[in-house]
Amino acid sequence: MIPNLVYVVVVGVLIGAGVTLLLERTLTRVLIGVVLVGNGVNVLILTGSEFGTPPIVGETPEDGMSDPLPQAMILTAIVITLGITAFLLALAYRSQQLLGHDEVQDDAEDRRIIDLAERDEGPDAKENGDDGLPHPVYHCAPGKEGR
Amino acid sequence: MLLRAFRTDAQLPAPDPVDNPISCAPNLASAAPERIGSGQLNLPGGRLLVLLACHAIAAIAAPALVRMLGPRALYAVAAAPAATFVWALTHAGVMRLGGALTETRPWVPELDQELAFRMTAFPWIMVLLVSGVGTLVLAYSAHYFTSTEEGLGRFAAVFVAFAGAMFGLVVADDLLLLYVFWELTSVFSYLLIGHDPARSASRWAAMQALLVTTLGGLAMLVGFIMLGQHAGTYRLSEVVADLPSGAYLVAALVLILLGALSKSAVFPFSFWLPSAMAAPTPVSAYLHAAAMVKAGVFLIGMLTPAFAADLPWRQAIWACGALTFLFGGWTALRQTDLKLMLAYGTVSQLGMIAIVLGTGTYDTALAGAALLAGHAMFKAALFLVVGIIDKTAGTREIYSLSGLGDRRPLLAATAVVAVASMIGLPPTLGFVAKEAMLAAFWNGGPWDRAMLAVLVAGAALTVAYGLRFLWGAFARKPDTAETDAAPAGPGFLAAPMLLATAGLAAGFLAPAADGLLSPYADRYPHTGHVYHLALWHGFTPALGLSLLAILTGIGVHFATHRTSAWRSVKLPLASGTVYKQALGGVDRAAVELTGRTQRGSLPFYLGVILVSLVAFAGGLLVFDGPWPHAIRLYDTPLQLVAGAVIVTAAIAAALARRRFTAMILTGVSGYGVAMLFVFHGAPDLALTQFLVETVTIVMFVLVLRRLPARFSERPLKLVRRFRVGIGVAVGVVAAAMAFVAVSGRTAAPISEQFPDPAVTYGGGHNIVNVILVDIRAWDTMGEIAVLLVAATGVASLIFGRERLLIRRGGSRPAPPKTGEQVKWLARPETSGSHQAVILQVVTRLLFHTIVLFSIYLLFTGHNHPGGGFAGGLVAGLALMFRYLAGGRAELNAAAPVDAGRLLGTGLLVAVGTGAASFAFGGTVLQSAILDFELPVVGHVHFVTSTFFDIGVYLVVVGLVLDILRSLGAEIDRHGESADPSPALAPEKEPA
Repeated sequence: MIPNLVYVVVVGVLIGAGVTLLLERTLTRVLIGVVLVGNGVNVLILTGSEFGTPPIVGETPEDGMSDPLPQAMILTAIVITLGITAFLLALAYRSQQLLGHDEVQDDAEDRRIIDLAERDEGPDAKENGDDGLPHPVYHCAPGKEGR
Repeated sequence: MLLRAFRTDAQLPAPDPVDNPISCAPNLASAAPERIGSGQLNLPGGRLLVLLACHAIAAIAAPALVRMLGPRALYAVAAAPAATFVWALTHAGVMRLGGALTETRPWVPELDQELAFRMTAFPWIMVLLVSGVGTLVLAYSAHYFTSTEEGLGRFAAVFVAFAGAMFGLVVADDLLLLYVFWELTSVFSYLLIGHDPARSASRWAAMQALLVTTLGGLAMLVGFIMLGQHAGTYRLSEVVADLPSGAYLVAALVLILLGALSKSAVFPFSFWLPSAMAAPTPVSAYLHAAAMVKAGVFLIGMLTPAFAADLPWRQAIWACGALTFLFGGWTALRQTDLKLMLAYGTVSQLGMIAIVLGTGTYDTALAGAALLAGHAMFKAALFLVVGIIDKTAGTREIYSLSGLGDRRPLLAATAVVAVASMIGLPPTLGFVAKEAMLAAFWNGGPWDRAMLAVLVAGAALTVAYGLRFLWGAFARKPDTAETDAAPAGPGFLAAPMLLATAGLAAGFLAPAADGLLSPYADRYPHTGHVYHLALWHGFTPALGLSLLAILTGIGVHFATHRTSAWRSVKLPLASGTVYKQALGGVDRAAVELTGRTQRGSLPFYLGVILVSLVAFAGGLLVFDGPWPHAIRLYDTPLQLVAGAVIVTAAIAAALARRRFTAMILTGVSGYGVAMLFVFHGAPDLALTQFLVETVTIVMFVLVLRRLPARFSERPLKLVRRFRVGIGVAVGVVAAAMAFVAVSGRTAAPISEQFPDPAVTYGGGHNIVNVILVDIRAWDTMGEIAVLLVAATGVASLIFGRERLLIRRGGSRPAPPKTGEQVKWLARPETSGSHQAVILQVVTRLLFHTIVLFSIYLLFTGHNHPGGGFAGGLVAGLALMFRYLAGGRAELNAAAPVDAGRLLGTGLLVAVGTGAASFAFGGTVLQSAILDFELPVVGHVHFVTSTFFDIGVYLVVVGLVLDILRSLGAEIDRHGESADPSPALAPEKEPA
C-alpha cells in the first residue's frame, strides 16, 4: 500500500505537538496534549486504510469503498477520548479548587524516599532512631548467645 | 516404633505370588532376607492421596474442634498423622524386601505434570518418624496448652497441615511436587514460629526462618529445573547417576545443596534455627528437631546415590557439615537456656547426619539412616522434657533450676535415656548408629580417616553438652534455691517417655532395624565386607573411638565446672550478622534504587518512556525499517487544505499562552480532522468527530471559567527546549512509523468480505454501524462500560464530599408544573437575568426538533450515517443548548432524570440485548432480522441489534448529561456560593 503524505505529516505534527504538551506540568496543557495525540493516533489508523467512497452498501459500488473496519475502531476511540477529556477537565478543576492551581506536583512519598537515599538511610531509619541498626528487634531475638 | 513395625509386619497380606515379584513370605528372623532390588507394588485405590486429604480435612476442621473441645481437640486432630503411621506400618514387609509403593495421578496433563509418589525404605522411615512424632507431639500439646491459649485453633490447623506437607514431601517422586511440599513446610513453619504474633521476637524469628529457607528453596527450584532438563525427567527415582558431568551439573548441584543445607540449618545457614526457638516447645520438638529440618538431610540422602561421585556434592557437604558439627557442639555447650542448648545441639547433629548421608557408601548410608531415626526420637523427647520443665518450673535457665532430678525422677529418667541415645551409650539406637558411623569411616580411605577425627571430636562435644544438659536441668546446685515444680500429669509425660523408650528399644532390636534400613543402603555397591547394625561387634576400633569420645566428653564436662574462661570463646556459627547486614543492605539498595528511578515527577517518567520509544522504535526504523520508495502526496487536493489547517492549529495550540486560545486552536485542529474524515469517505467518523469536538469545546468553556486565563509560567528555557525536542522526535518517529507500516501492508483488508454479510446477517447497509453493533459488538460493549466509568469519575471529582444526595439532581427543584410555564423557558430567572433572550427563543424552538433528529439518526444509522453514538451526541447537544440558555434549572427541566440512572439503563439495555440473543439460542449479541407488517406504518424491517444501539445512545446521552450536571451546574453552584472553596466546605445545603 502506498502511504498518503498528507496523513503522514498530520500524524507527525499532531503527535509531536501533543507529546510536547503532555510533558508539561499544567493539567490543562496535558489535557490538550491528550486530545491532540488522540486525534493523531486516529489519523494514524486511518492512514493504513483504503481511501474511497462511504462504506454503505447499495449507495456506492463495493469496489471503490473506503475500508470500514478502521473507521469503526476510530469511532470508538473518538468517543472514549470524549470521556477521558471530561475526566481530566474535572481533575483540573478539582486541583484548582483544592490547591489553587492545576499543576501536577511531584509525589510527596517519592520525595521522602529520595531524601532517605540522599541521607544514606534505610527505609525504617525514621521509626527506629539513628543507632545505625535498622531493626531493634535483633537485640531481643531469642537466638542471642549466653553471656 | 520399630518394635511395632515388626509386630504388624506379619499381618501383611501376602502379594499374589504369580503377578508380583514379592512372593516370598517375609522371614523376620533371617539376617539377610531375600531382596528385590527393583520390585514395585502399585497401590490400589490411591490411599496415599486419601491420607494427604485426611490431613487437609483435619486442618480445616481443627479450629472448630478446638472451639468446641478446647486443648483436648488436639487428640482428635492427631488422628490424621496417627492413621498415616498405622498405614505406613502395614507396609513394613514390602519395605524390608526393598519394594516400592508408587502412586501416580494426573495433575496438569498439559505440562506432563503428575502427582507422582513413591515410597521406598528411606522415605518410609521418614514417614514413620514424621507421622509418629507428629501424633505424639500433638497429644503432648493437648496438655502443654491451656484452654486460655490464644490462637490454639490456628495452631492445631497449621500443625496438622504441616504434618501433611511433610508427609507429602518425603513420598513425592517428582522434583517439582517435592518443591511444592518443601515450600509448604516453610510457610507452615513460619506460621508456627510466629504463633504468638504479639511478641516482636517471634515475628522476627518467623520472618528470618521464612526468608532463609525460602531463599534456599528458590535456589533449589532452579537447581531442580536444571537437573530435570539435564536428565530429561523430573522423577526423583529416574534421575540417575550416569548424567554427563560438567559445569552445568555442578551449578545444579550447588543450587540444590543451597536449598537442602538452608533447610537443615547447616553452616552457613545455621542461625535461623536457634531464633526459631521462639516457637512453642511442641513446635520446636516437631519441626525443628524431628521433621522439617530433616527435609534437607533427607534430600541429601535421596540424591547422594546419584551424585556422590560428582563434584562438588560430597566436598561441599563435608565442609559445611564438619563446621556445623563442631561449631554447633561448642555453641551448645555455651548455652544456659536448656532449649537453646538443644537447638544448637540439633544444628550440630544435622551437620553430622549431612556428612554421613552425603558420603555415599553402603556403610555410611546405613549409619546415616540410623542416625536420622535415632536423632528424631531422642531430640523430640528432650525438647518435650524441656517443655515440661518450662511449664511446671517456670524457667529453663540452668542456673535457676536445682534439685529437679530428686523431685521428678520419672522426668529425669526419661531425659537420661534420651541423652544416652544422643551421646551414644549402649544399648540405645544412638550407640548402634554411632558405632556404624565410626566403623564406616574407619574402614574408608585417607579422607574418610581425616573426617573420622572431626566426627570423634564432635561426638566428644556432644557428650559434653549432653551431660551439661542433664546437670543443668536436674542436678542440685549448691548456690541455687531448690526449684519448686508442679508434677506433670501422665498424659503430659507420655509422649517424651514413649519417644525415649523407642530409642532404647530400637537399640535392642538393632538386627531388625538393620533389615529395615539396609534396602536403602543397597542402593550403593557393596564394598567387600557388609556392615550390619548390632549392639555388639566385639572389641573393634569403632568401640575404642566411641569410648575415647565419651571419656573426652566427660572430661570436658567436668572441666567446664572448674573455669568459666572457655565460655568467652565464641565460634561464628550462630551470629546472624551476615543475615542482618544482608537484610540491611537490601533495604538500603531498595531505597537507593527507588530514589534514583522513582523521582515522583510525571514529566520525568513520561520523558523516560518517550525517549525509550524514540531510541528503540526509532533506531529500529533507521537500521531495519523497510523504507518504501513510493509515496503519494494526497488522494484529493482538499486533503491538503484540511492538513494545513490541522498542522497550523496544532502547532499554534502547543505554543499558546492562554488557556482559551489553546482550547480554540485544539478545536480547530479537531474540526480539521473531521474534514479529513469527510474527504476520506468516512461520513460516520466525520459526524461523530464534529459532534465530539463541539461537546469538548463546551466542556472546556464550562471549566475554564474557573481556571486562570493564562497558563502558569513556563520553567527554564533549557527544560522547555528539552520538552520540545522530545515532542519533535516522537512526532518524527510516529510519522516514520506510519509511513513504514502502511507501506509494509500487503494483505488484503479483511473488511473486503464485510459488505455481503453486513446485509445478509447484520441486516444493515451501513457497514461501519454493523461492525459496531454486530461484528465487533463486544468492543462497543467494552467502550460504553469505559464511558460509564469516566462519567462516574467526573461526577465523583466534582461533587466531592457533597456527592450522593445532590449529585444527580438532588438540588434540583421539583419538575415544573405545566401551568407555571409562562416564560419561554421553564425557569430562566433562577440563573440570573444575563441570559440572552434570542438564545432562549431559539433553544425553545429547536430543542424538540434536535431531539427528534437524534432519534432519527439512531434508527437510520443501520443503513445510513448515524447510529447510537452520533444520535446520543446530538441529543446531548440539545441538552447543552438548554443548559447554556437557562442554567442548571433549565437543564433539570429538560432532563428530569438522573444521569447515573440513564447510564446504567443504557448499559443494561446493551447487555440485555446480548443476553436475549443468547437466551433465544444464538450466540451473545447475535442479531436477528424481523420483517413484519404494521397497520398505518406498513412494512417494518427491524434488526434486533437496534436495541443494542439504543443502549449505546442512552449511555452517550447519560455521559453528556453527567458532564453538564458536574462541570456545568455543580460548578455554577460552587461559584454562586459565598465560600471561596466550595468543594472543601463541609456538608451544607442538604437536599
